[in-house]
Amino acid sequence: MLLDPTFLAIQFLNGLQLASLLFLLAVGLSVVFGLMGFINLAHGTLYMIGAYIGLSVARSTGSFWLALVAAPVAVALLGMVFHVVLLRHMQAASPMKQVLVTFGLIFVGLDSVRYIWGNYSHGIDLPAVLAGGVSVLGETYPIYRLFIIGLGLAVLAALHWGLERTRLGALVRAGVDDRETAAALGIDVGLAFFAVFCLGCALAGLAGVVAAPVLSVYPGMDMSVLILTLIVVVIGGPGSLKGAALGALVIGMAQTFGQVLVPALASVMIYAVMAAVLLARPGGLVRARHG
Amino acid sequence: MLAIEDLHVWYGSSHVIQGLSLTVPAGGAVALLGRNGAGKTTTLRAIMGLVARRGGRVRLDGRGLESLPPHRIARAGIAYVPESRGIFPSLSVLENLTVAARGTGWSLERVFETFPSLTERRDHGGGALSGGEQQMLAIARALMTNARLLILDEPTEGLAPLVVGEIETLLAGLKETGLGILLVEQNLAFATALADTVHVLGKGRIRWRGDGTELAGVPEITRDWLGV
Repeated sequence: MLLDPTFLAIQFLNGLQLASLLFLLAVGLSVVFGLMGFINLAHGTLYMIGAYIGLSVARSTGSFWLALVAAPVAVALLGMVFHVVLLRHMQAASPMKQVLVTFGLIFVGLDSVRYIWGNYSHGIDLPAVLAGGVSVLGETYPIYRLFIIGLGLAVLAALHWGLERTRLGALVRAGVDDRETAAALGIDVGLAFFAVFCLGCALAGLAGVVAAPVLSVYPGMDMSVLILTLIVVVIGGPGSLKGAALGALVIGMAQTFGQVLVPALASVMIYAVMAAVLLARPGGLVRARHG
Repeated sequence: MLAIEDLHVWYGSSHVIQGLSLTVPAGGAVALLGRNGAGKTTTLRAIMGLVARRGGRVRLDGRGLESLPPHRIARAGIAYVPESRGIFPSLSVLENLTVAARGTGWSLERVFETFPSLTERRDHGGGALSGGEQQMLAIARALMTNARLLILDEPTEGLAPLVVGEIETLLAGLKETGLGILLVEQNLAFATALADTVHVLGKGRIRWRGDGTELAGVPEITRDWLGV
């Protein structure tokens, strides 16, 4: 049964779906860590808040699609405020202070969510188009999971295009290559990175809504993905788009196949993968370009 | 145009620039000479706001720049060509030119006319260029910001004599157009050929100033502060 091709194909799709979610989450965290040198442990909190905002929008308007747009926008705005009020002033602080402050924010987020939405688990209903299943090698597979995979790939393609082909992308690459020279040519590197930070927050919010129908929405849902996301960032190589995608793929697959093939070792599987990757490549799979 | 008064820079507890004053008149070229470690690069970095702690006044056409961040100083009208050239390797030649472009005067067409070798390489990565081409690109990129003052840190370093000659002709031509130039150099012949005024910097202070011909008449200055 374990080597049945249909079973493996289904698990492969599950792995891709998890990788897709992890990518949406990791890309923002990786960029903030790699470009701005900031460790934001509260990135998962943005994901959870995205899920809750999506929940409220979907319930009050009846539209999942509206939730899919509104949550990222709202989370980006929240990230913006968060950056201006707190993060900006923490940039020069030691990593330990950053970790402590953003770790504290996790609990603030948790209690805020409990206060506003209550201490229950919620689900989001899917629109009819995404609710059914399709046949994959004779098995029925949920369309929604394929939708998540497609969305992840679309976001990856859009980010790649944005980084390589747009003016903001060129400004960001210049800032990453050589921050001082970019500034001495009149480029506001801080502003370009701030735009990227907000985009990363929006993607965390998007990941939250997208995950809601599959993983359900509950206080603390951020903690279960935070560790996985951090591992993705570390093994992918901080500050690299390609690294976030590759790291998400490795961890998505390791987690999914670990659980079905060696259930007894599933919980240590991803850590073993992380250790192996870091032993071979201490800087992660993809080295970000730095001036 | 550029007026520096009583500039001080500290790195930690060491006081590396100790009260430096100099002016670059509109359309003039000024060279800053000195040994390694004399504080030449530090002076340029302090003008651009790239050092942590400094004192004194830096003004461009009367406007104080001391409290501005580097990108605002650049936008006030100063273009900086760093010692390492600072070409962005992950940007193409074309992107290197356009990423910081603003204002009018120097356009892509004019740059490609002035630097024909960059035209052929416009789609190459910035890191794929030779040293001479990188220096040309760094100057062209600075011109694309349409600044009034060009600051260059050792533009001839590591370049073949032929390329040094090309850069000299280029900068002399730019000076003719009214662009102010502040230049740090180790190459005495290059600096004195281009600059109206030469400042000799030693241990964080200006030790001598004058023109190229006068410098030839004070061998003790070259011996004590330039080591040639």
